[in-house]
Amino acid sequence: MAHPTVSLPGLMTHSEAELRQVFLKQVEAIPAGERIKRCIQCGTCTGSCPVSYAMDISPRQLIALFRAGEMEAIMKSRTIWICASCYACSTRCPSGIKITDIIYALKRTAMEKQKKSQAPQVQTLARLFVSNLMRYGRLHEGTLIREYYTKTGITKLFGFFPLVKKMYTTKRLALFPKKIKAHKSLSHIIRKAQEIEMRHLPEPLPYSPEYVGYKGLGDLALESRKGE
Amino acid sequence: MKYAYYPGCSLEKTQRGYDESVREVFKALGQELVEIDDWNCCGATVYMSVKETVSLAVSARNLALAEKMGLDILAPCSSCFTVLSKTNRILDEVPDMRKDVSEALAEGGLSYGGTTRVRHPLDVLMNDLGIEPIRAQLRTNLNGLKIAPYYGCQIVRPDKSWDDHENPVLLDRLFRACGGDIVYFPMKVRCCGGMLMTTFEETALKLNKELLACAGENGAEVIVTTCPLCHINLEAYQDKINRVYGTSFSLPVLYFTQLLGIALGLPARDIGLDSSFIPLGEKITSLAEAAYV
Repeated sequence: MAHPTVSLPGLMTHSEAELRQVFLKQVEAIPAGERIKRCIQCGTCTGSCPVSYAMDISPRQLIALFRAGEMEAIMKSRTIWICASCYACSTRCPSGIKITDIIYALKRTAMEKQKKSQAPQVQTLARLFVSNLMRYGRLHEGTLIREYYTKTGITKLFGFFPLVKKMYTTKRLALFPKKIKAHKSLSHIIRKAQEIEMRHLPEPLPYSPEYVGYKGLGDLALESRKGE
Repeated sequence: MKYAYYPGCSLEKTQRGYDESVREVFKALGQELVEIDDWNCCGATVYMSVKETVSLAVSARNLALAEKMGLDILAPCSSCFTVLSKTNRILDEVPDMRKDVSEALAEGGLSYGGTTRVRHPLDVLMNDLGIEPIRAQLRTNLNGLKIAPYYGCQIVRPDKSWDDHENPVLLDRLFRACGGDIVYFPMKVRCCGGMLMTTFEETALKLNKELLACAGENGAEVIVTTCPLCHINLEAYQDKINRVYGTSFSLPVLYFTQLLGIALGLPARDIGLDSSFIPLGEKITSLAEAAYV
């Protein structure tokens, strides 16, 4: 079947279908993730979100767009990157949808598919955090902040001098990172986990209208998982 | 009781006040803490946004180490607490993940059977130990000190919790028992923005300004926190908030274990009161001095 390249009602472009597939794979790994199907579009999530005022697409719209097969629009938004993961939406959702975890799944989808984002600094921070952890086994905050601002705007780094001075005088500054003793064993664990992750990458499926709506999200059997 | 203590990266140095006060308060209340040898970073929430299997394996290494000790984990940092709990929960509920993570852990010579429980000091103190044994140890009456109890997000959410999601009360109860005066603080579970202070500074400054204003307007003399991220946002960025918004906040921020330490009569130096960026003010200073003379 030829891949439609324009957005037609009920049809999806190839890249949309692919994004959707990656995302749904992520949702499967969330306990009670399939509850995304239960969204009643009430907007409690948006109303509860302390940062929704700064979003371009509200959390409620996020689910509506997913349902309509508009993953590209979600990937382009700054919404998923501004979520501070406070879980206010998740605890208040009358349908028990794990919205914060859904947003994590969207972040992972975007990073996996290397989508251009409106907030590249969040991805930069995440990557530096991970590389910091891999190098030392523990996070060295000083190194992270230095590397982050070197990448995103060096001038801001100078603004940190007063804070660094205060940290120093109150003996709260760790000048050098320290490696954990079992760093080697941790690296083995990480390498193996990465390998497993690669193993699970879904085979790219040919375009299929199956992925419209909630199709592709598995059956209600999933509901038997312990939710809460 | 004995716990496997997991300080986490922030408590190691930049938030030493939390680390020192947790250790001292637990000692004073007859609880034993054994630090997990060679623990690693829990991966924090940032890691969750990159690779799931990897983040779970990294955090599960700590659970496995604690399991070997046969103890439950005590994690004071809210972020570590949530990440470790969440890992436990996913491993428990998603069998495929458990299999993958076990395979990864085995590569590092470890295994995890899923028996470690993750606890937060506030939960342990209030729900296991209980308010009465604490009351019996109090040495200094907080004497009506006006306190804004700030719970933040991650200890009361996302999962079924040991305190209420919307209106948690454990800190309120604890400090009322110590003689403190809990001010009206409706933003007690409102998010501080966490890492947004780095990535979306403007937004995070606004969130923290609102928190400080809410505490200040209701007469608080101190904000107590349970989380290193809330703490640093409220404390270290007060200057910047004042500059950006033309406010003049000078509100001390203490970890709940630090204030409890004062009430228990512990020396100021032992509970890291000297690590505060903001002058503690006459009242808190005199309470802290009164404590151990």
